[in-house]
Amino acid sequence: MRQTISVLVENQAGVLNRITGLFSRRAFNIESLAVGVTDDPAISRITIIVDSGNSVVEQVSKQLNKLIEVIKVRTLEEDRLIGRELVLIKVNATAKTRPDIMTICELMGAKVADISPTSLTLELSDTPDRIDTFESMLRPFSIQEVARTGVIALQKGSGKI
Amino acid sequence: MKIRATQAIMECLLEQEVDTVFGYPGGTILNLYDELYNYRDKITHVLTAHEQGASHAADGYARSTGKVGVCFATSGPGATNLTTGIATAYMDSSPVVFITCNVTEPLLGRDSFQEVDITGIAMPITKATYLVRDAQSIPSIMRQAFAVAATGRPGPVLIDFLKNVTAPTEMIDYEFIPWYENRTWGSVRELSESHGLKAPEPDHEDIDKLVEMIAQSERPLLICGGGVVRGRAHKEFRTFAEKLDSPVAITLMGGGGFPGGHPLTTGMIGMHGSRASNVAVDRCDLLIAVGCRFSDRVALNPNTFAHQAKIVHIDIDRAEIDKNVLTDHHIVGNARRVLELLNERVGQYSHPEWKEQILSLRREREEVGEDDSALSPKQVLETIRRMVPKDTIVATDVGQNQMWTIQYFHFDYPGQLLTSGGFGTMGFGLGAAIGAKMAHPDKVVIHTTGDGCFRMNCHELSTVEHYHLPIITVVFNNGTLGMVRQWQNLIYDQRYSETTLDRGPDFVKLAEAYGLKGRRVTNVREMEAAMAEALSCGCGYVIDCMLDIDEMVRPMVPGGGNITDFLLS
Repeated sequence: MRQTISVLVENQAGVLNRITGLFSRRAFNIESLAVGVTDDPAISRITIIVDSGNSVVEQVSKQLNKLIEVIKVRTLEEDRLIGRELVLIKVNATAKTRPDIMTICELMGAKVADISPTSLTLELSDTPDRIDTFESMLRPFSIQEVARTGVIALQKGSGKI
Repeated sequence: MKIRATQAIMECLLEQEVDTVFGYPGGTILNLYDELYNYRDKITHVLTAHEQGASHAADGYARSTGKVGVCFATSGPGATNLTTGIATAYMDSSPVVFITCNVTEPLLGRDSFQEVDITGIAMPITKATYLVRDAQSIPSIMRQAFAVAATGRPGPVLIDFLKNVTAPTEMIDYEFIPWYENRTWGSVRELSESHGLKAPEPDHEDIDKLVEMIAQSERPLLICGGGVVRGRAHKEFRTFAEKLDSPVAITLMGGGGFPGGHPLTTGMIGMHGSRASNVAVDRCDLLIAVGCRFSDRVALNPNTFAHQAKIVHIDIDRAEIDKNVLTDHHIVGNARRVLELLNERVGQYSHPEWKEQILSLRREREEVGEDDSALSPKQVLETIRRMVPKDTIVATDVGQNQMWTIQYFHFDYPGQLLTSGGFGTMGFGLGAAIGAKMAHPDKVVIHTTGDGCFRMNCHELSTVEHYHLPIITVVFNNGTLGMVRQWQNLIYDQRYSETTLDRGPDFVKLAEAYGLKGRRVTNVREMEAAMAEALSCGCGYVIDCMLDIDEMVRPMVPGGGNITDFLLS
């Protein structure tokens, strides 16, 4: 099962290492991880997505809670979270194929970040699912490079962690 | 007040009432040792032969006193030599503050001489690590480190000072604040508020629920785990056991948490647990485990463990609940506090039939006769037990010597048994014995070991000699890596691959080479004579006990098996 864990940590050297170490110790893979500072520069938010059983996630959450650099840990409810990811895709584009690619961009709400005679670099911020769709639509035009940030997420509504 | 940074480090140790540290100097930690020279009348430094020995000594000191142990080492190899000791302390929740120094800031990360990222290496085996790059932060970090090591579920913490931070020219603001005050001060207070450093107050509803479960139980069983020892909850545990009139199984780490000779004890539980303990687990209808983590050596097969019972887990660490064995009920809190609350609410019970069913199994075992022609491990340990004072501290190594010591020696109070349970560190014993003897010069300290374990860290005999520590080392010398041979014998068709230790040194001569005494013994009479000499000679003593190569630890349940599927009875 896919689960999203949101962790508030002290913004210090070595903290990320400690957090990810807890996952690797149990030999399970992190699907996506995104880190950024919060409104308080001393605190960072780490959003981790794992595909794993409930008991494993519960165990890791408890272990995370024990770390002195960790301020809060919360497993977000899947149906009550806003998750977004940013992607940059460089795709082959000639004068002939460019209009077709632009149609897909318009439909998906993507922007053109860069253009060259033979390529387009596109930018989209959306849910991971829609980004997957976007990527698959572009695949026939031959994708050169993809960079995804990993998902960041917050709980819906006024509640916060 | 402005003082030198290194002076602040020493003062911070004094704040924590540290009077003994174990360690080994080197290039990057020179400034600290230079300052230690000024403090040599207040802080005793024990120089071991190897940093690993120092790490185990600080650990043994901590386990035997309940105070925080302190260990110093230099950067690079000095620091990495600590890692086995750090992991040993971590697995057994022993509070030790390890202090290392690293290269100067400009050299950091350049693969400089004797540079290693020890805070990175130690991350998974410590409660916390600190890399100190700013001298001003020294008091705050030192206080935090001791608070983290000592409170909640105890454990090791590592502080790595960059050498420039310890430079004699570094002056910082410092005010002496004793530990009991600084725990509610500045950054430690913040940490305490955000992380509840202390154990949470047990939920009273959880307590009431357990009281109710006890009332409904006909066949209760208690497990005394390491948490009873670390939490010094032995008195409360004993009262609880006597009120429940319930058999008590003791884990390896629980040794000393409940009197080994008490009429309710069933002995050790698990892989080499007694028949009484393991059968009790299988038959009980309520199992209350206090401060135990149901390791694979205790629970063996978590799916069939205590299959007839409601399992209740009392632990200080929420992360232990439902980690290895799924439980029916749990109480999170300090063992002593939880048991205090339970004792207030639990009435007096009586379970004569159930007790007889279980404890009669223990008597059967005790009545088994023995062949007197050759020296047996049981005879060695019973001779020791008969001849030493009741409060004797015993440090074991790992393997057969460890299991025999725990099976045949009765431990009565926390800190009496020092053994590497979780990590199973061969070579732990002598260092731990040194730490315990430094803390308890008035008590007899015995170190039980095997010929394999002893060879790993026997160089610490030089420490025993130098500091005039009359530690008695008892070598169970069977010329083999006994526990591994036992597995090879039972599970690997007697293919003794690389376990026969048919080699030197002569341990008696080795003792003599270090300026100590020793004797080789082959029967009980010689053992008695050697013990008498060892107890009166006033110096370190090595008794080399010659045992048969095929001596086994009995009983034995194979790993992952059902707890009553004895491979050996």
